Amino acid sequence: MTAIVRDSVDEKKRRLLLIGTGLAAGAATAGVAVPFLASWFPSARALAAGAPVEYDISKLEAGQQITIEWRGKPVWILRRTPEMIERLKGHDAVLVDPESKGSKQPPYAKGPERAIKPEFFVVEGVCTHLGCSPTLKKEIGAASDMGADWPGGYYCPCHNSRFDLSARVFKGSPAPSNLTVPPHRYESDLVLVIGEDVKGA
Amino acid sequence: MAAIEKPPVTGAGPFNGILTWFDQRFPLVSLWKEHLSEYYAPKNFNFWYYFGSLAMLVLVIQIVSGIFLTMNYKPDATQAFASVEYIMRDVPGGWLIRYIHSTGASAFFICVYLHMARGLMYGSYRKPRELIWIFGVLIYLTLMAEAFFGYLLPWGQMSYWGAQVIINLFGTIPLIGEPLAVWIRGDYNVSDATLNRFFALHVVAIPLVLLGLVAAHIMALHEVGSNNPDGVEIKKDIDPASGHPRDGIPFHPYYTVKDMVGVAVFLIVFSAIVFFSPEMGGYFLEYNNFIAADPLKTPEHIAPVWYFTPYYAMLRAVPPLFGSQFPGVAVMGAATLVFFVLPWLDRGKVKSIRYRGPKYRIWFTLFIISFLILGYLGVEPTTVWGEFGKNVPLVGGDYIALWVARVLTVVYFLFFLLMPWYTAHDKEKPEPSRVTW
Repeated sequence: MTAIVRDSVDEKKRRLLLIGTGLAAGAATAGVAVPFLASWFPSARALAAGAPVEYDISKLEAGQQITIEWRGKPVWILRRTPEMIERLKGHDAVLVDPESKGSKQPPYAKGPERAIKPEFFVVEGVCTHLGCSPTLKKEIGAASDMGADWPGGYYCPCHNSRFDLSARVFKGSPAPSNLTVPPHRYESDLVLVIGEDVKGA
Repeated sequence: MAAIEKPPVTGAGPFNGILTWFDQRFPLVSLWKEHLSEYYAPKNFNFWYYFGSLAMLVLVIQIVSGIFLTMNYKPDATQAFASVEYIMRDVPGGWLIRYIHSTGASAFFICVYLHMARGLMYGSYRKPRELIWIFGVLIYLTLMAEAFFGYLLPWGQMSYWGAQVIINLFGTIPLIGEPLAVWIRGDYNVSDATLNRFFALHVVAIPLVLLGLVAAHIMALHEVGSNNPDGVEIKKDIDPASGHPRDGIPFHPYYTVKDMVGVAVFLIVFSAIVFFSPEMGGYFLEYNNFIAADPLKTPEHIAPVWYFTPYYAMLRAVPPLFGSQFPGVAVMGAATLVFFVLPWLDRGKVKSIRYRGPKYRIWFTLFIISFLILGYLGVEPTTVWGEFGKNVPLVGGDYIALWVARVLTVVYFLFFLLMPWYTAHDKEKPEPSRVTW
């Protein structure tokens, strides 16, 4: 056995070994971190809970809106009156994105109505600003408490974002885009399915 | 064996023997001397120097009350709200433990904000104390995380929607935002998975980080020595006879006794709040949080707890750019991170505000005023001061409070960004050679 004396230390070899073990330990740490970080993604149960939901729209009266839950988010179904649909056309100039180019909706829900059937408007009730749930203000003009030129729409109480009855955002709101229209389709004339695209779309 | 050769402990009466036994196996005497009996602190500490030790006291209060709350709390979305009510109504003394913990959260931030204001005023972040300051800012950020995770646990309306808003802040980060928000929540919205992991972070992970940072903060402080209201380095003037600074006094007993007076006064105020006004008019405990979380209905008015509101007001003040909310989030983040570079922005020759010139004093005053008004505006809806008339150019028809917040946000940042200029060209007074009091 040789005594470990200063002269016999191979500094070069020692550095190489240090770097080598350091890299190996680093790689092992990164590998072990993967399952821990992955455990934060939605679990299989949470993924399964994202299944589509059905709703019988015959229960809705004209002008009525109901809120249903899909993936834990509020989804609104608003049965718009012909006047409501008509009023969607007059205010493109004050909308941020009147044609919903920079907003999320399925391709079958484009145009000013943003719906498959203009009468039934389906939208996620989640503000695109920071995720609050806006309130329906369907009265028009001063009666709505939203100003004399209010055409009816949605108002987010968190940060004053304003939307029309197609959930298109008005200029001057903190929300950057229109509310998101979820995938949906008609199972029959009376049953709406939220969370599934129109077949073939 | 060097340890055995250490001199025996004296002055502890009947405990001399046992303490000697320990000291020969553990650095008992040297630690005691280094951090207490022979840690020489400047003799001119004033009122502002209470808040460091008080912040540590609150940390202990929070840990102890928190441990007892976990014994009855259930981190489950279906049971959390009811378990808090159970603690409040059915657990003997539970209401007191809960109110101590909720009041402690606000007390923690009050102490930390005053402690930071002290550091700003007396230049305690300046060389050689940059690292103490950096550890301090890390403690501040960690404390914000701790408070945020803890606020979800009662699972009230404010808990739920507050978490929703804050997590969505991460969702605005370009490219990775959306998946990142899902990863943080563990679900597509704030849910049981979110509550459970926030509980783990609030109760185990973050407190451990906090304790480590507090230890590092104090070790760095005791390495370089404390600053003081005059900003004079007491280590420059060592008494050759004793080898200690002429302007220093041992931390123990002088400052331990002083701090105990602070603790007594603090506990009187703290108890008064816990017993007579634990909600503090909706500022310490928001009224909406007495309603169970409802994922389908946002409360009429959402505001974070008071200690986050200056940054929240900044977030709201920044309009969306390029169809993204990210700029507001970036401004809010920058407002907290800018504290890190403070030691390198200040080019003044003196440390303490006592000897600073008029420029620094004006900017410092503007900064404090901005911070306070932004804090107020963050609590209120943006409609609070009404709108400008439609005929006012540029801002007509917009909210007054929103524009005030915009101006104050700019002032807040200018305090930092212009600092290299106004501190270098200021009419400072010369520092005294010895501390004054």
